[in-house]
Amino acid sequence: MRPFTYERAATALDAVRMAAATPDARFIAGGTNLLDLMKLDIERPAHLIDVSRLPMTELEDADGGLRIGAAATNSAVAADARVRARYPVLTQAIVAGASPQLRNKASVGGNLLQRTRCPYFYDTSKPCNKRQPGAGCSALEGLNRSAAILGASTACVATHSSDMAVALVALDAQVETLSASGQVRRMALVDLHRLPGETPQVETSLPAGDLITAVLLPPPPVGGQTYRKVRDRASYAAGLVSVAVAGGQLALGMVAAKPWRATAAEAALAAGATPSEAIASELAEARPLGGNAFTITLAARLAVAALDAVRGSGS
Amino acid sequence: MTSVRDWDVTNPVKENRSGLIGKAVDRYEGPLKVTGTAPYAYEVQPPSPPAYGVMIGAAIATGRIVGVDIAAAEASPGVLVVWTHRNAPAQAPRGAKAHPRSTAASKPALENDHVDYFGQPVAFVAADTLENAVAASHLIRLTYDAGVPDVDFAARLGDAGQPPGETDMEVGDFDAGFAASAVQLDETWTTPIQNHCQMEPCASLVWWEGDKCVAHTSIQMVKPAQHGLAETLGIGRDDVHLMTRYIGGGFGGKGQTYDDLILAALAARALGRPVKVAFTRQQMMHGTIHRPATVQRVRLGADRDGRLNAMSMMTWTHCQQQGHFTEHASNFARSLYAAPNRLTGHRLIQLDLPAAGPMRAPGEASGTLSLECAMDELAERLGLDPLELRIRNEPAVDPENGRPFSMRQLVRCLKEGAQLFGWDRRQPQPGQTRDGRWLVGMGMAAAIRGNFLLPAKCSFTIDADGVITVRQGMTDIGTGTYTVLAQIAAETLGVPLGQVRVEIGDSELPPAPGSGGQFGAATAGSAALNAGMNLRKAIAELAVADPFSPLHGGNAWAVTFQDGVVALENRSETLAALVARAAPAGLTVEGEIRPADDAREWSQQTYGAHYCEVGVDPVTGEVRVRRMLGVFAAGRILNAKTARSQLTGGMIWGIGSALSESNPVDVRYGSLLNQDLAGYLAPVQADIGDLDAIMLDEVDDKANPMGIKGVGELGNSGAGAAVANAVYNACGVRVRDYPLTPDKLLPGLIARGY
Repeated sequence: MRPFTYERAATALDAVRMAAATPDARFIAGGTNLLDLMKLDIERPAHLIDVSRLPMTELEDADGGLRIGAAATNSAVAADARVRARYPVLTQAIVAGASPQLRNKASVGGNLLQRTRCPYFYDTSKPCNKRQPGAGCSALEGLNRSAAILGASTACVATHSSDMAVALVALDAQVETLSASGQVRRMALVDLHRLPGETPQVETSLPAGDLITAVLLPPPPVGGQTYRKVRDRASYAAGLVSVAVAGGQLALGMVAAKPWRATAAEAALAAGATPSEAIASELAEARPLGGNAFTITLAARLAVAALDAVRGSGS
Repeated sequence: MTSVRDWDVTNPVKENRSGLIGKAVDRYEGPLKVTGTAPYAYEVQPPSPPAYGVMIGAAIATGRIVGVDIAAAEASPGVLVVWTHRNAPAQAPRGAKAHPRSTAASKPALENDHVDYFGQPVAFVAADTLENAVAASHLIRLTYDAGVPDVDFAARLGDAGQPPGETDMEVGDFDAGFAASAVQLDETWTTPIQNHCQMEPCASLVWWEGDKCVAHTSIQMVKPAQHGLAETLGIGRDDVHLMTRYIGGGFGGKGQTYDDLILAALAARALGRPVKVAFTRQQMMHGTIHRPATVQRVRLGADRDGRLNAMSMMTWTHCQQQGHFTEHASNFARSLYAAPNRLTGHRLIQLDLPAAGPMRAPGEASGTLSLECAMDELAERLGLDPLELRIRNEPAVDPENGRPFSMRQLVRCLKEGAQLFGWDRRQPQPGQTRDGRWLVGMGMAAAIRGNFLLPAKCSFTIDADGVITVRQGMTDIGTGTYTVLAQIAAETLGVPLGQVRVEIGDSELPPAPGSGGQFGAATAGSAALNAGMNLRKAIAELAVADPFSPLHGGNAWAVTFQDGVVALENRSETLAALVARAAPAGLTVEGEIRPADDAREWSQQTYGAHYCEVGVDPVTGEVRVRRMLGVFAAGRILNAKTARSQLTGGMIWGIGSALSESNPVDVRYGSLLNQDLAGYLAPVQADIGDLDAIMLDEVDDKANPMGIKGVGELGNSGAGAAVANAVYNACGVRVRDYPLTPDKLLPGLIARGY
């Protein structure tokens, strides 16, 4: 780990002003991903601004939905009675991720901004365009069992492996951000993460130094909800693929560099297609690399099972 | 000539008057471990503030280091030394043995500019803090002349040859027997590279006291570590005091030292202060040994009644360049089932991969994954219950060498396991049982593992407080050595457990071979029993010779030991009173065990049977173990709790082997893909449901004076095959390429219409 300085922000505005004033600064909340990456010399911040104790850990009713403070822990969100009652897909997704210890520490904002679990990203002896733009992608022709099937590029085939974000995208969540100028903005969560294109190192549309302060959930959609995740062991494993269903809204996880809102499938379902036909339309654009070809089949089967389960429970 | 029959005489362990032998006694060192106060090697308090060393691994798999730039690292804050092969201190050449009886040779670190495997330690930094050392390590710039790594095992199978000094084992005429068999099976299985993933990575703390090197390290075998370090440093063996008191898992991976120990010793000498060096989790994957991948071809020929006429098991595997370690996956098959025509052997190829080496149940863990599934497949072809097929092929004597079995209760394990597990509820046809979204199935497999006894010594001391101290250069790698030695001592001397101290893991104590191959408890324990018997004799003689003792003038052989009291008929006194008065400085005696000269006249094995129930999600191909039972016969059990813990631990390893553990090789780079515990998927709590191990009553009087055997490897043998057979029974899909992950099961599930 390289030397770095640390300070704790008193308010969110302090935090973003500190970030604007300090080169190579990063926010730290739970640190469950950032600290690992710093130890591996993948993240090299010169300065850490601790936002974990900012007064933005609450979950509040808002506009018929829910406003979740970005510093709330994953565990707190999953356990919240309102979340469990009205957004069960979110609780299911959160508890499907990481381990209890990590969920106790990890924040909502940090979870959204976690970096990929691509093994080549973690092995600093290998080329990786995320770590070193222009170096090349080792996964493209490597051991790519967990690589993206949707929206990837020749520059990067990494996936976003947050479970929570998949449920939030299915729930039409928005993120609220704060900039150093004090400006509060809202954007759809589905627009937060970017596909890699030629610049896989640019992972989100969040301007540098802006802070996620909250996640906003609209009222839950009509219909059942479920989260299903397939993984190689029963806990503490990144998903091979996951599916979040909330009413007629559907998102896929671990298939792309972002939580994948399945809009084509949703439209097909709304037009009367069967779940199988609907998901096939979504996956028509899927591109296998070799090791991950099974993911296309698996995503389709899992989505159909999840949709059938929700529709069965709703009827 | 010594004989196993010499062990027929009774002894306190056999008599077990206090009932301590076999009892589920809590771990001797348990409170230290669960309170975080057991000083593992890296946590030992050194005499002065230590420096922190960090190793840097090679970024290529084969080639040479052609450029070295350490200037920035040397200038980094707090840095004390930066070494590569260009400036590392002199060490004895590789393989050198200044002392001809050393149990290990010189193994220099940073030896030269050659890189033989990815992750090989090629540079070293020591600094005043770990953080400064790590920061500096990132500033070292090495440039390489990289070769093309030769690491593609599958592509090189055809080039594999006989392991050095080995020949195939042939009995009868396999080819003719197989050709003449009414029912034939010929299938091939593959197993991947696996890593030990000990909770405690390899770590060392070394300081020098004058010319004496004091080393704390995490190692399964004390003497080879001491000798190897001395040989490498070019100093006398007695000038190395090596300690390994608490070990956070070994599993074979700590059967040898690594560069952490050598570099800590060199740096401590150069800096004149203690130095700590530990592998990171990432470095453990390449920098230490692994279980190599295998390809296993099994051919079984049987008559229509299921009697094997021909059995062949051939294993292809790999090791490092210049190496010869062979994963003897076919060996266990030589003793397991009767068949008149037999062919078993191994083929080995050297690759530019890190060193292959022993990992829990080496041989059996990999090998049973094929043969025990082949038996399941053959049973299906024959329309037989797989349990019945095994019973029909139970041999009367060892089928390979004709030796009588010292004790063989395999069939009893199979039958009792079947009854306890409810095997009769298994549907012979796969895919018949549903529970919600899960298809449920049952599988079983046999377990076998050889039993061994090695030479060892031990000392017992009684002090004026009546406390017995057991001293032995033995190790406890989490197995329960401390605890069983305390039990043997307490039972032998007739004292409560609280009156026994155990000191192990120290090169200055009487030597024992350490922990490995499930020989530890039998070997260390038998030496301890002998030392205990010698102490009984010394105490009895002391008592009857002491005019102030109530036992004075009696027969020493008639003195009894119970409840901390020595007695002759109705005359008695406490051990403490006797020793405090008659030998206030205490009494120390030694004991030892040697294998009997005729031990090899018997086939000595441990046995077991695994029963497993799994659920398979036919939509996703996910497999989850629902319940599992192992029934084992492994001689007298010293401690029901620690033995069960080892057996269930082995079973869990089997679950990992069957379902999730694998480290694929990226053939472009010659490196392993998974470099942490988030990527290398050993089972976690949520993977393990209802799981138990039962130990049958057994005493093997040919094994050692206590009639005990080992259990450390046995639980793993066959466990994964039982899981795989249950997967087939659940869903009707056979996958012979481990681990059985969803991607491999999906095509078969789809083909079956799920």
